[in-house]
Amino acid sequence: MSSTDVVVTGLGATTPLGGDVASTWDALLAGRSGVTPLTQEWAEQLPVRIAAQLAVEPSEIIERVKLRKLDRSEAIALIAAKQAWADSGLADAGLDPERLAVSIGSGIGGATTLLNQDDILEASGPRRVSPHTVPMLMPNGPAAWVGIELKARAGVHSMASACATGAEALSLGLDIIRSGRADVVVAGGVEAVIHPLPLAGFSSMRAMSTRNDEPEKASRPWDKGRDGFVMGEGGGALILERADHAVARGARIYARLAGTGITSDGFDIVQPDPECKGGIRAMTKAIQDAGLTGADITHVNAHATSTPAGDMGEILGIRTAIGDHPVITSTKSMSGHLLGAAGALESIATILAIRDSVVPPTINLDDPDERLDLDVAAHKARPLEIAAAMNNSFGFGGHNVAVVFTRY
Amino acid sequence: MATREEITSGLAEILEEVAGVNPDDVAEDKSFTDDLDVDSLSMVEVVVAAEEKFGVKIPDNEVQNLKTVGDAVSFIEANH
Repeated sequence: MSSTDVVVTGLGATTPLGGDVASTWDALLAGRSGVTPLTQEWAEQLPVRIAAQLAVEPSEIIERVKLRKLDRSEAIALIAAKQAWADSGLADAGLDPERLAVSIGSGIGGATTLLNQDDILEASGPRRVSPHTVPMLMPNGPAAWVGIELKARAGVHSMASACATGAEALSLGLDIIRSGRADVVVAGGVEAVIHPLPLAGFSSMRAMSTRNDEPEKASRPWDKGRDGFVMGEGGGALILERADHAVARGARIYARLAGTGITSDGFDIVQPDPECKGGIRAMTKAIQDAGLTGADITHVNAHATSTPAGDMGEILGIRTAIGDHPVITSTKSMSGHLLGAAGALESIATILAIRDSVVPPTINLDDPDERLDLDVAAHKARPLEIAAAMNNSFGFGGHNVAVVFTRY
Repeated sequence: MATREEITSGLAEILEEVAGVNPDDVAEDKSFTDDLDVDSLSMVEVVVAAEEKFGVKIPDNEVQNLKTVGDAVSFIEANH
């Protein structure tokens, strides 16, 4: 164990599958879908009328007066981070706040606040616009609120790399600890943009599933019948800690965050490189950073979002960078696509897969694409001893992030 | 014309909604910031809500003079 080894000592989440990590993980292993109809009146006119909405409303956790100053993404960040913090046992560990940092981003930020306040501006004029508008919509808001709540004073950071945000936030956390700027980083991603405008925007790109009559079957990565992603909301937070710091205080250690790889395509603002060249380089870098070889990676929680254009390139990428041996899955088949939170939630699933020796299933893979030539844990969870596993996240803009966790 | 008691009671409703202040704590001698713990952004909300409720205009340069609930009641009583 070197002094710069980094381990995960706490997990927190609020997702479409449950209000915490345990309930979310139970649902993932059981193959339950979190996708439901959008029953709000505004959804009637939209081509997409399904989404993966939070299982537990923030109003059940955070008191009303505080909640009215928070964008939904900020509330999610506070809920997930406080769970992770409690889980880590750090509250009683006497950690110097100047050795605690935060790295939490979102893909889209406080868009619902922006849009809701614009409605007020149009209807009632500028004096009626809430004085909380700016701190609610600013994309650093979720990280800043967590920093205030936990009194983090080593820096508060907000990545923005679309659907790779959650994973890139973990990578930054790893860098912060390795470089000695902090001993502990609260890292993760959040997203909450289930609102007609983002839904309409993604729909106009023809990126979203319109399987409105069968919500639970709409997210179907690698299946021939896939017709787009399903938007999800939620967040995940991980406590990253210098390994010797964690050992010294007798912390429970989930896994080692062994390495990350970040690349950019330099290719297209939305289309992934069809040969997954940037993804292959990210996976290869992450494996090297972890001091491993492709043969060591026995499980991959894939990015696979259920879009016709995106899913198959990653298969080629995994085969090239790792080999044909890993058991892969896409938990987005159940959670929907949490955008900027995806890399955080899926990293949590990857860590728990290592802990419990089980790969969560990919549901709805009824008729696999012919090009799917890797072993998927289809339909049912698959028992598997896992020493090292990878989570992939790719984002609009050509962001590729791979994260490797190993059993501690 | 609303009485001072009615204005105080109306402000208490606003303070409860915006800042979670217990209506029983609202009295004319209470300071918004020191006694009732209303932060500066929430005070802006209180002012806008009070303008709407009592049909008054409270200019920004007047708000700094409204230290206590009683100051606000007097301003509203004199201007609505």
